Amino acid sequence: MTMLSFEKKYRVRGGTLIGGDLFDFWVGPFYVGFFGVTTMFFTLLGTALIIYGASQGPTWNIWQISIAPPDLKYGLGLAPLMEGGLWQIITVCAIGAFSSWALREVEICRKLGMGYHVPFAFSVAILAYVTLVVVRPVLLGAWGHGFPYGIFSHLDWVSNVGYQYLHFHYNPAHMIAVTFFFTTTFALALHGSLILSATNPKAGEAVKTAEHENTFFRDFIGYSIGALGIHRLGLFLALSAAFWSAVCIVISGPFWTRSWPEWWGWWLDLPIWR
Amino acid sequence: MKALFFQAPRMALMGAALMAAGLLAGCDAPPQESTQSGYRGTGAAQIDNKARVQAKREANAVPEAQPAADASGDKASKAYQNVKVLGHLSEGQFLRVMAAMTEWVAPEEGCGYCHNLDNLADDKMYTKVVARRMIQMTQEINTNWSSHVGQTGVTCYTCHRGQAVPNGVWFSDKGPQTAGSAASPAGQNMAAPMIDRASLPRDPFTPLLLGKEEIRVAAATALPTGEAGAPIQRAEQTYSLMIHMSTGLGVNCTFCHNSRAFSSWEESTPQRATAWYGIRMARELNNSFMTPLQSTFPPHRLGPEGDVAKVGCTTCHQGVNKPLYGVSMLKDYLAELGPAPKQ
Repeated sequence: MTMLSFEKKYRVRGGTLIGGDLFDFWVGPFYVGFFGVTTMFFTLLGTALIIYGASQGPTWNIWQISIAPPDLKYGLGLAPLMEGGLWQIITVCAIGAFSSWALREVEICRKLGMGYHVPFAFSVAILAYVTLVVVRPVLLGAWGHGFPYGIFSHLDWVSNVGYQYLHFHYNPAHMIAVTFFFTTTFALALHGSLILSATNPKAGEAVKTAEHENTFFRDFIGYSIGALGIHRLGLFLALSAAFWSAVCIVISGPFWTRSWPEWWGWWLDLPIWR
Repeated sequence: MKALFFQAPRMALMGAALMAAGLLAGCDAPPQESTQSGYRGTGAAQIDNKARVQAKREANAVPEAQPAADASGDKASKAYQNVKVLGHLSEGQFLRVMAAMTEWVAPEEGCGYCHNLDNLADDKMYTKVVARRMIQMTQEINTNWSSHVGQTGVTCYTCHRGQAVPNGVWFSDKGPQTAGSAASPAGQNMAAPMIDRASLPRDPFTPLLLGKEEIRVAAATALPTGEAGAPIQRAEQTYSLMIHMSTGLGVNCTFCHNSRAFSSWEESTPQRATAWYGIRMARELNNSFMTPLQSTFPPHRLGPEGDVAKVGCTTCHQGVNKPLYGVSMLKDYLAELGPAPKQ
């Protein structure tokens, strides 16, 4: 991580949201700021608590360590530390760390006079997480509806919560989210391969430019979205994937308690063929 | 042109609002209630709509028991003619269970639904012959199937609920034969309410609740071994039956299973064992009681394939995991419908 010679030029004072000049400094290549400090605080505390939880659990197997949320009987109250309380504190730490990270991005954007697209994009990921561990549990009336913090255990949770609705693939928002995830990788593959093809011509030939890229797609599918447009499209596709993921889980339970196959009854009941 | 330009977004907005309202209208309005059915954090929970649970509780309220009868006095077999199953009861108990059955099965039609009112002992009416066999079936369940019905037991009301033909019975169903390319040979893609209108085989009942085909289809090894496992049609058939059980009982898959390993008994809940016996019980009831009555029933009571109505999970459960929310009506009718006396 060498510091480029021209970086110093951009290391300007100001642009902070909180803390004024107090935390307005760098450590090596990293900008710190007030939110860098809070990020570190929440990250270290949260990780330490996970390690403490693991030490009290039955295993040190990295795949099987799990910090589970409280029983449903605790509702939206606080649970004893070893019966889900740890999960509650770790959740606060996680939200604190993620939000601090996003706000640190904002401060860097302000320093550089850039738009807020990166922190905005990251906020959609935070939204998805908060939907899972805060919004949906609150709507259902118990923290116990959050997912456990463990590599295998959270996958088991996903599986069981899917089967709470008998067949999750019938969830319309899940369908939209999955479609966006696939389309995101599709767009990224098209874009990545196009850029590499333009910059890797035959030996001895000059590197191609945007004109070639546009022409390729016009010949190929009749339209090129353009150098800026592909990035707008990519961001839209990726954020839509995360957004609809949040929608598909927040409607499962709070707004629909039966099987997702049954939801499609409206289609079967359309007057044209009922 | 200008008006159109300004109206187009408004129309789109209205359309979107209409669509959102339409989608929301089909939703389960909060609040919901949930119960845990596994270790915390495993996602094993039953979530239901409070208003719907309230309605279900009202629909599953138990009727009051008939006033108690004198157990002494003449036996019914002495007092009446042609009493083949309930002859061991006193006259008072016998009349009491007759009154209860009328209320449970044919409250509108009354005694005349099963009896020739000029000669109550007459066996000419098919309904009487069926009713007698159904009393034996009830006794059989209460005697030999405590593995499924526990000490709660069943009465006629568990299934009949004031109707001559219970809700949630099933007939063999090959599906419409003229559906063209929409119908698959496995009976898929033609929505059937008994399987929650999922795109699964519409009749998993004939092979699994009448026949004794295997329900277990999960592979026993993580990787394929080269030996052919169960065909995909069998897996879909199993899934279809499970959907029926789930909607019939008003629970989701996690009521019995941990979905990370459906087949593992170690990771399943105790309810799965109860359900296992329930499947065997339904098979016995269909084979020993329902199917032999096929020729007794008039044609209008038979299904499209000419078979008799048969028992599934919904027939007793009616959308509740413990029928009638676990209230035992049998305890008021132990002498009449409880374990049959040794002959």
